[in-house]
Amino acid sequence: MKKNLKYNLTWLAIMVVGYILIDVLELVGVIDQFAETTLVLIGINIILATGLNLIIGFSGQFSLGHAGFMAIGAYTSALITQAIPNGGGMVLGLIAGMALSALVALVVGIPTLRLNGDYLAIATMGVAEIIRIIMNNLKITNGPAGLYNIPQLANWSVVYLFVCLTTILIVNFIHSRDGRAVMSVREDEIAAESMGVNITKWKVIAFVLGAATAAIGGALHASYIQTIAPNDFGIMESINILIIVVMGGIGSITGTYVAAIVLGLLDMVLQNFGTLRMVLYSLALILIMVFKPSGLLGTWEFSVRRIFTKFKAKGDA
Amino acid sequence: MHTVLQQLVNGLSLGSIYALLALGYTMVYGIIKLINFAHGDIYMLGAFWGYYVINQWHFSFWPALISAMIFCALAGVIIEYLAYRPLRNSPRIAALITAIGVSFLLENGMSYLFSSNVRSFPQAIAVKQYHLGSVTISNIQLLILVVSIVLMILLQLIIKETKMGKAMRAVSVDADAAQLIGINIDRTISFTFALGSALAGAAGVLIGLYYNSIDPLMGMTPGIKAFVAAVLGGIGLIPGAALGGFVIGLIETAVQALGFSAFKDAVVYAVLILILLVRPAGILGKNVKEKV
Amino acid sequence: MRGKKLATVLGTVMLAGSLLLAGCSSSATNGGNKQSGNTIKIGGNFELSGAAAAYGQAMQRGTELAVSQINKDGGVKVNGKKLKLQLVQKDNKSDNSQVASVASNLATQSKVVASVGPITSGADLAALPNYTKAKVPLITPGGTQDSLTVQKNGKVQPYMFRSCFEDSYQGKALAKYVYSNMKLKRVAILADKSTDYAQGLTKAFKKEFKGQVVQVQYYQAGDKDFNTLLTKLKGKKFDALFVPGYYSEAGLIVKQARQMGITQPIVGADGFADPKLVQIAGKKNASNIYYTTHFDSKATNNAKATAYMKAYKAKYNEQAGTFDALAYDATYMIKDAIENEKSADSTKIATGLANLKNFKGVTGTITMDKKHNPQKPVIIAKVENGEEVQATSVK
Repeated sequence: MKKNLKYNLTWLAIMVVGYILIDVLELVGVIDQFAETTLVLIGINIILATGLNLIIGFSGQFSLGHAGFMAIGAYTSALITQAIPNGGGMVLGLIAGMALSALVALVVGIPTLRLNGDYLAIATMGVAEIIRIIMNNLKITNGPAGLYNIPQLANWSVVYLFVCLTTILIVNFIHSRDGRAVMSVREDEIAAESMGVNITKWKVIAFVLGAATAAIGGALHASYIQTIAPNDFGIMESINILIIVVMGGIGSITGTYVAAIVLGLLDMVLQNFGTLRMVLYSLALILIMVFKPSGLLGTWEFSVRRIFTKFKAKGDA
Repeated sequence: MHTVLQQLVNGLSLGSIYALLALGYTMVYGIIKLINFAHGDIYMLGAFWGYYVINQWHFSFWPALISAMIFCALAGVIIEYLAYRPLRNSPRIAALITAIGVSFLLENGMSYLFSSNVRSFPQAIAVKQYHLGSVTISNIQLLILVVSIVLMILLQLIIKETKMGKAMRAVSVDADAAQLIGINIDRTISFTFALGSALAGAAGVLIGLYYNSIDPLMGMTPGIKAFVAAVLGGIGLIPGAALGGFVIGLIETAVQALGFSAFKDAVVYAVLILILLVRPAGILGKNVKEKV
Repeated sequence: MRGKKLATVLGTVMLAGSLLLAGCSSSATNGGNKQSGNTIKIGGNFELSGAAAAYGQAMQRGTELAVSQINKDGGVKVNGKKLKLQLVQKDNKSDNSQVASVASNLATQSKVVASVGPITSGADLAALPNYTKAKVPLITPGGTQDSLTVQKNGKVQPYMFRSCFEDSYQGKALAKYVYSNMKLKRVAILADKSTDYAQGLTKAFKKEFKGQVVQVQYYQAGDKDFNTLLTKLKGKKFDALFVPGYYSEAGLIVKQARQMGITQPIVGADGFADPKLVQIAGKKNASNIYYTTHFDSKATNNAKATAYMKAYKAKYNEQAGTFDALAYDATYMIKDAIENEKSADSTKIATGLANLKNFKGVTGTITMDKKHNPQKPVIIAKVENGEEVQATSVK
């Protein structure tokens, strides 16, 4: 227990130091508005991708519908913050968005998660498309024009806070007893079931949790960009999040961080290349996948515990 | 009543286009279990090839069609060799991301070289309308229907009757065992890609001719629809792809004819999900029981 | 449990931190971007890749042509000095997050004093907050949504301008024209459901049209087969078909409708006004078509448009369209604003654009109204056999 406290405090210190570092850099002018935008977009992508990594990497369910849950979170919180444009509205919007998204994930997940592999992928993609088309036709969501003049309540510190929160939530879940049950489903459904693991239940739980974090990402996106439209949440958006997960390494949260940052910086640099932009991006994507098929980091995780143990071993020697 | 008949014709003609594209998807999936996202973009390449040879080299329709099939077959083989072969033993999802990368590359590469503008496809065959009673059908619609059915039968023959077809079936069931009995896996997979891509090339020229408008992003939406069609029919099965294509064409038509045009795609996906819940491996797919 | 406790601690620390530092960071306000040196930097927030690339690339060409012509003519006159324009362009890949990122890149890194683009209303809304923060005016050649230039409280957006019509302006003009000039009472609508442009037009048209709207059907951008929808419409009685949408789909609709034997007039907005409409539809099919446009292709009453079309053709070996002309005008509007205000600072340009009067552009003589919408005559063109045969100016 004491040991765990030490590791946790180290993590907390890392997070706080990271925050202060960014704040100070901003203060002295190293980070300007553009760098801040890039940081925020990377942060939102990290939130979205860690949630998807939970579904794909840890529970082994191939979902191509992340953008749909992102859309639910974005629209719910945007509608609420438009009515209550303050911090309270933001919190309420986030909670409502997560709840609604989790509810939809539950309703959709229970029947569809029985499907395997690519069939599940296409079914979840279908769900996301249905959600998008509904948003495109509803009056309250303002059809294809979407919602705009959404109050900007999410600045980079809010995003940073939520990056930390979702990561803590997901990492703790993975390392818990429940998380091991989820991973046993990924490794071998039949073996897991015969050990008494209720596979449907754990698949659905991982799916719902992932959907809830997608809603957080969506809500922050809506609040930071200040405008959302159904076309922001198409198949391409799901694919972009999937790319981050796979490029980082399926089943590695650290990898997700690295990939989100690498792709975020790549996006920032490639803006200058005009029409050639996406050509270079796709070439980078193909080359990385061909040379590192298991992703940048594979399943490697950064661990404070390991570093401590290493130090200790060195000290002993 | 005559409207219903006409709508049926419309649905079948739309369905034959999806079916033609779904065939290529299903073949590639059947053999290496890869969702070849770039398939729709190979179809786009076929359309651009047709555009080019008809305009620049003044090909007539049939040479354009056949040369586009050869060109796309080559493109498919090259893409497989460069982008997919190195990943054959990697996680399937890595290959999927590579396929997405190839798709982006083809779309944006073409857009970079030829601009994103819509172009009008040269009319190599003059449009004629036939009136059969109250139903109108154009010669190009008929052509698409006939060509896709002929290609499907041809494909089925290749797979069932030729030596290469036998090899393809063997590789798709068990690649390692196939290799043990002396089947060259690399060559078989290349051949599958060539065949699937040739179909996409044919579709590109036919559809370019039919709609008379092509652009670098034209493969995106039909690509995804064709994939849905392949899954709906039972992915990996040639008759399944054809069936799935026609079913989706008819559903889309029915939804629009009933006046819910804004929800066209939503209904397609809803039907897909419902069918998958009842038949998890598609309409014609066999549900393989897992054994421990 | 542990995670939760950790989260609470973390949250408190960060909240405290941000409160402490919030005061400092917000004090660094600026008064917009100042022009310096011998060049005037203007930004291009262009959709060069992605779904809207065809329109974005047209915008890029129009802007580039304008910049090169302005520089060839000596540049922009500011306080007796002739300054050259420098276009800093970036690609936003038709993605709203990237639009916002490009906007802050242009405004804070490149320090541009004005920006042309992005082209769609949704993207403009995503770009605007960052431009407004930096006090850099944005002028869009294609953002037609009515509410684009107004804030939530009804005040005008100080840094948002457009060189195109707003949706209601065009929709109303068309509704009036169909009812009063063409004397048609029953209209069927076939609208693009995936763009706010088409939705805005549909709404305005329906509101203004005094006759009867028989039926409204929808398609999605990227659709290619309209036979089903047209078969359905063919059974109904209507005098004209209104198609709010862009030429890439509208061309196909015209083609398929005519092949099916729908002979009623087809009416569209400036999304039709591109030579590609006729190319896609085919010359024979492109008959009895009416659409709003910014300049008629004969350009009998506008020497600027004639010169522009010649220059465009010479540079790109292609016929000019609507979006490139609007982007070209947008660039010249920035030039005019600078010369009128005698300063190329971003806030001054915003003032100059807001006060723009009788600007002689390719797309007509433009005066900005209070809501930053250009007031210019709507021209309605009629096409027969692929040729424009008549152009009427309506107010």
